[in-house]
Amino acid sequence: MSEIEFLNWVRGPGFQIAIIIFIAGVIIRFAEILLLGRNKNLAEAKGSEMSSGLRTIVTRSIPDKETFRRSTFTLVAGYIFHIGLFVTIFLFAPHILMFKDIIGFGWPALPTPVVDAMAVVTIIALLAVLVHRMRDPVLKFLSTREDYLVWLVTIAPLITGYMAFHRIGTTAPTLLAIHILSVELLLIILPFTKLMHAFTIALSRWYGGAISGYRGVES
Amino acid sequence: MTNDSIKDKTLGEVMRSQGVSRRSFLKFCAATASMMAMSPAMIPKIAHALESARRPSVIWLSFQECTGCTESLTRAHTATLESLIFDYISLDYHHTLQAASGHAAEEARKAAMDENWGKYILVVDGSIPTLDMGYSTIAGISNLDMFIQTAAGAAVIISVGTCAAYGGIPHAYPNPTGAYSVYDIIKQYGKDQLDGISSATLAKVGKGSVANTPIISVPGCPPIPVVITGVLTHYLTFGTIPELDHLGRPKVFYGQSIHDRCYRRPFYDKGLFAETFDDEGAKKGWCLYKLGCKGPTTYNACATTKWNNGTSWPIEAGHPCLGCSEPDFWDGGGFYKALSMPTENITQTAIYTAAGAVAAGVALGAMNKSKKNDAVSAHSETTINDLEK
Repeated sequence: MSEIEFLNWVRGPGFQIAIIIFIAGVIIRFAEILLLGRNKNLAEAKGSEMSSGLRTIVTRSIPDKETFRRSTFTLVAGYIFHIGLFVTIFLFAPHILMFKDIIGFGWPALPTPVVDAMAVVTIIALLAVLVHRMRDPVLKFLSTREDYLVWLVTIAPLITGYMAFHRIGTTAPTLLAIHILSVELLLIILPFTKLMHAFTIALSRWYGGAISGYRGVES
Repeated sequence: MTNDSIKDKTLGEVMRSQGVSRRSFLKFCAATASMMAMSPAMIPKIAHALESARRPSVIWLSFQECTGCTESLTRAHTATLESLIFDYISLDYHHTLQAASGHAAEEARKAAMDENWGKYILVVDGSIPTLDMGYSTIAGISNLDMFIQTAAGAAVIISVGTCAAYGGIPHAYPNPTGAYSVYDIIKQYGKDQLDGISSATLAKVGKGSVANTPIISVPGCPPIPVVITGVLTHYLTFGTIPELDHLGRPKVFYGQSIHDRCYRRPFYDKGLFAETFDDEGAKKGWCLYKLGCKGPTTYNACATTKWNNGTSWPIEAGHPCLGCSEPDFWDGGGFYKALSMPTENITQTAIYTAAGAVAAGVALGAMNKSKKNDAVSAHSETTINDLEK
């Protein structure tokens, strides 16, 4: 297989396979969560589930002072790499073209050097959280293979994308193909690991808030 | 093209007889040295080698091709030194350019081969069909037979154009003729995996004897004239083949990508793109990435040597690079699709998958729900093991 054939494969059939697994995986996992449901709560409701749930989606995104003091590094590094991932994935012109091709519309891009710089910051933040995870005894004890796997598939597209953009290591078609392949790997793994939080985060925060709302307590 | 009067002259003598001044000759040598990234100290050496070079025999075989490569090489508007070198090496055999035809032409090829066995340069344009030998024949000889016979006595093979270098458009999906590139044919022949070679050819050419002939690929659709003359100049000057990349292309010409040498690159870096062929961005000369430019994945010299005596090149003319010097560029999912876009219809795939997954999810959910209801009505006990399910 020539490098252009490899590139064509990852842009074509490879991407199709990844999309099929990704979409089917996400929907089936949502179905699993939503359809199985919970037993009916027979206690009398002491407040609104919906308003408390919606409020919690927002409030849980902002750390309170005490949490921030206790986990400053985790929160700062976490915010940096999540924002960095958002910028590099959704605000880079070539990526927007890809979204436009699939969903039919696009949006304005950030200047390429800004995205480039964000990619570097994000890679550093992700490396830092790995070091933190490995050096903190409690975190290390709690970490499973899955934690390292999701870290790897998250940082891989960033590193391969940076290499493809700056043409480091090998020829351009191969670098681009490896980058797309790493994204496909991420898409395939996402629904079946804790990376699924990208989709369930609003739902789970709402659920936490809704339970408190039903009981009439602050969430 | 073949001129008997120049047959025994050196290149220097031919140039002088054509009225080429010493000054323009040295300018050409300087340009060649610079183009091939050589030190200025090499200029006199190139000049000396070229001046005293004896006319090499060149056999040019055209197989499944469109003659665009020959057109490219012969369509110089002025009599350049490049074209003079091209004339000088002249051709003992070239279907399109030679005056002779039919059996007389074939005799010329055989005579040139016998006279220069082991020393001639074989230039090939076009791909070679392997499914049915009748797909492309010349004077009743299949392309495969003619190629193997001629390649056996070649000192070097130059694959001119994308068809010869990678298979090109005949090799594109669904490849109805089973077309292969020169490199693939040689590789398969070396491994004895080729069917369709006549017993006469096999009797004449020992098995595997072609496998070690060096191949220089000069891809492009068509390739840049200066690049082919550059490769010939290198061979005439040093008697060796230039340093090649992993696809057999001379690194001096194919060492950098179009994107890296593109004068529109700063616009890419700034994120300024032409969205259509006639918008403000296109008029201002912004990057053509969004219009499908394959410059980032294409290695060629267009951005530096340009075309038509350095007049312009596709991107300067406002059209994205098609990636014609890379393998399988015809199958790249559309010339006007940006490199970051998928080549298949992902929207359709996504919709079908989503519909199927929703149906599967609902069915599974319903099954589990009924299982749960059954368990409730049967008063089944929940154990710790159920949590692991």
